[in-house]
Amino acid sequence: MTERILSILVEDKPGVLARVSSTISRRGFNIKSLSVGPTSVEGRSKMTIVTDANAVEQVKKQLNKLINVIKIIEFDPKATIEVEVMIIKISTTKETQTPVIEKATLSNARSVDVGVNSVIFQITGTSIELNKFEELMKPYGIIDMVRGGRVAMQGIQS
Amino acid sequence: MKHFTGAQLVIKTLEYMGVTTIFGLPGGAILPAYDPIYDSPIRHILARHEQGAGHMAEGYAQSTGELGVVIATSGPGATNLVTPLMNALMDSTPLLAITGQVASTSIGNDAFQEAFTTGITMPATKHNYLVTSASEIPQTLIEASHIATTGRPGPVLVDIPKDILNEEAEWIEPEMKDMPGYKPTTTPNPKSISQAASLIKKAEKPILYIGGGIIHSKSNKELFELATLAKIPVVTTLMGRGAFPDGHYLSLGMPGMHGNYTSTTSLQKSDLLIAIGVRFDDRVTANPEYFAQNAKVIHADIDPAEIGKVRDPEVPIVGDAKNVIVELIKELDGFECDTKNWLEEINSWKKQYPLSYEQEKNGPLKVPFILEQIQQLVDEDTIVVSGVGQHQMWISLYWKFTKPNTWLNSGGAGTMGYALPAALGAKMAFPDKLVLALDGDGCFQMTCQELITAATENIPIKIAVFNNGNHGMVRQWQKLFYNDRFSATELTHDTPNYLQLAESMGAAGYRITAPEEVEETFKEALNENSKPVLIEFVVDPDDMVFPMVPAGGNNNNVILNQEEAEKKL
Repeated sequence: MTERILSILVEDKPGVLARVSSTISRRGFNIKSLSVGPTSVEGRSKMTIVTDANAVEQVKKQLNKLINVIKIIEFDPKATIEVEVMIIKISTTKETQTPVIEKATLSNARSVDVGVNSVIFQITGTSIELNKFEELMKPYGIIDMVRGGRVAMQGIQS
Repeated sequence: MKHFTGAQLVIKTLEYMGVTTIFGLPGGAILPAYDPIYDSPIRHILARHEQGAGHMAEGYAQSTGELGVVIATSGPGATNLVTPLMNALMDSTPLLAITGQVASTSIGNDAFQEAFTTGITMPATKHNYLVTSASEIPQTLIEASHIATTGRPGPVLVDIPKDILNEEAEWIEPEMKDMPGYKPTTTPNPKSISQAASLIKKAEKPILYIGGGIIHSKSNKELFELATLAKIPVVTTLMGRGAFPDGHYLSLGMPGMHGNYTSTTSLQKSDLLIAIGVRFDDRVTANPEYFAQNAKVIHADIDPAEIGKVRDPEVPIVGDAKNVIVELIKELDGFECDTKNWLEEINSWKKQYPLSYEQEKNGPLKVPFILEQIQQLVDEDTIVVSGVGQHQMWISLYWKFTKPNTWLNSGGAGTMGYALPAALGAKMAFPDKLVLALDGDGCFQMTCQELITAATENIPIKIAVFNNGNHGMVRQWQKLFYNDRFSATELTHDTPNYLQLAESMGAAGYRITAPEEVEETFKEALNENSKPVLIEFVVDPDDMVFPMVPAGGNNNNVILNQEEAEKKL
């Protein structure tokens, strides 16, 4: 299903995340990813929500009704800078450690902790790139994995 | 600089806002706020249950169009308010709820009577606040009432911990500051108005599909001007009853599940719906796929989220209904739609499919008969307040409403028990008007303890209870869809004994069982103004509300009466 990315500027107040997520579940919307973090302006946070394209109009309108929501921007899917972060711990042996690190380096992942029987990588990229990296590492054995919510910004218009 | 406690600031701010009446019930956490009420000119009505207090504030707000204020304590006090809050949210009623909370130092510790009030009420309010210092109180209350009364009105809750009520702070005159996330659009886009006007000029079968938004925006006069200038017939939804005078040749009354045939059918056959302050509710549209299939739609609402929620309109207009109508009148510039044939068609339905009931001379009482009898005995300023169910539909069908804010009911939420406390709230707002709660026995039994409130606070409302000894609407569905299996709908006709109940609660009681008693006994009840009056009408338990379109059905298939129902269902 086609998805849409929304950037939501909110007041940085207690309970705002709860209001947004409560509205989403109350209205029965399907959310694929939600991330929240500070902005360059004090008292303002920004949320990035990935939702189904068919629900996006109602999601925008219902969230706009929240008093603490200041502005919602829907990104043009063709011109969006989008990044997701992943930390992944791979099981290694004496024989596999070097090829694992080599493959990871070629995939633009960075080893951040190297042990005797495992390596932890950190990688940022699009969701597709992260999925591919996960597939690449699967044969060696994934011990643990965590992915952060997707964040996005509208690309510079030419 | 003089210092005030947070509690004093609460009451001082309410006085500053011009609040004259509040409804509530004290308790531990809110106790500090009750002390300054003792000296305040604000009249506090002591309800017997917080739900009652909430509906009283709603009745006050629905009858005046102004803010209603309710106050309660923490924990169960606050959770008892959830139903009125949700009710006010569904019907866009401006409500300010103030609740006590356990001390801020105890929040999260499962303290005595602690509830996560802002969390619980988040989806039941337009907005809510947890106050964290006494100095914030005036500003928060002003902001809360601004949010409650502007844009699409609704309930706002302010939760105040007990230690904050006891904390001291200065009184600083509150002012409305800019709220970056709250700027309702009230002025319609001129381009949409001209698009709407050009559709109206082309329409052959236009209908004004009108709801509660007209009453909230106080634009019934403008609506009347638009409808009569352009000769467009008007359908009023349950929440819009009174927005256009019944009896006028352009008035078609209520459409939908229990709407009259002409009103429902006029929407179905229309080629242009001019929908203002309505939300295409499922009780109006039935299955939206079959709703007004040949019509283009102009949809004006102050809440952008309502536009396109159920039906994508050809012309969306975001704005206050009054501004929208005024601009439409200007843009139409005296244009008169050629609706002669359309009105003839509509009139032929009115003649062929009128509302009908049969009252046998010695038979059991029918509610429509009672309604027609008592409407002749009261004036058109009478405020009619209803519960939820068969009686509510009969009132909306048979009562002739000619003025806005004279019809109070629970529409969106369908909250049984609304009538009595809401009537009490309306009577506080309009002591000189007759306020008549017309209730079912099932509804009445849910909040009847507020009769004690009416008696002890000397609020002489009149309550008519249509006692059919059953949850009538549920029974009707069991009859039509569950093969007469009347599971858990019988309440009994004789318990409680309403005469004794009235007397014990400080009200005057009357019982009417036969058609010939209605006029005389009701007149007698109308003349009893020293205390609240409870009039029991013993009515036919087998009577059913028609017309009817079953839930999720097709509005082209209106079932007119019981015979048709038996054939078709």
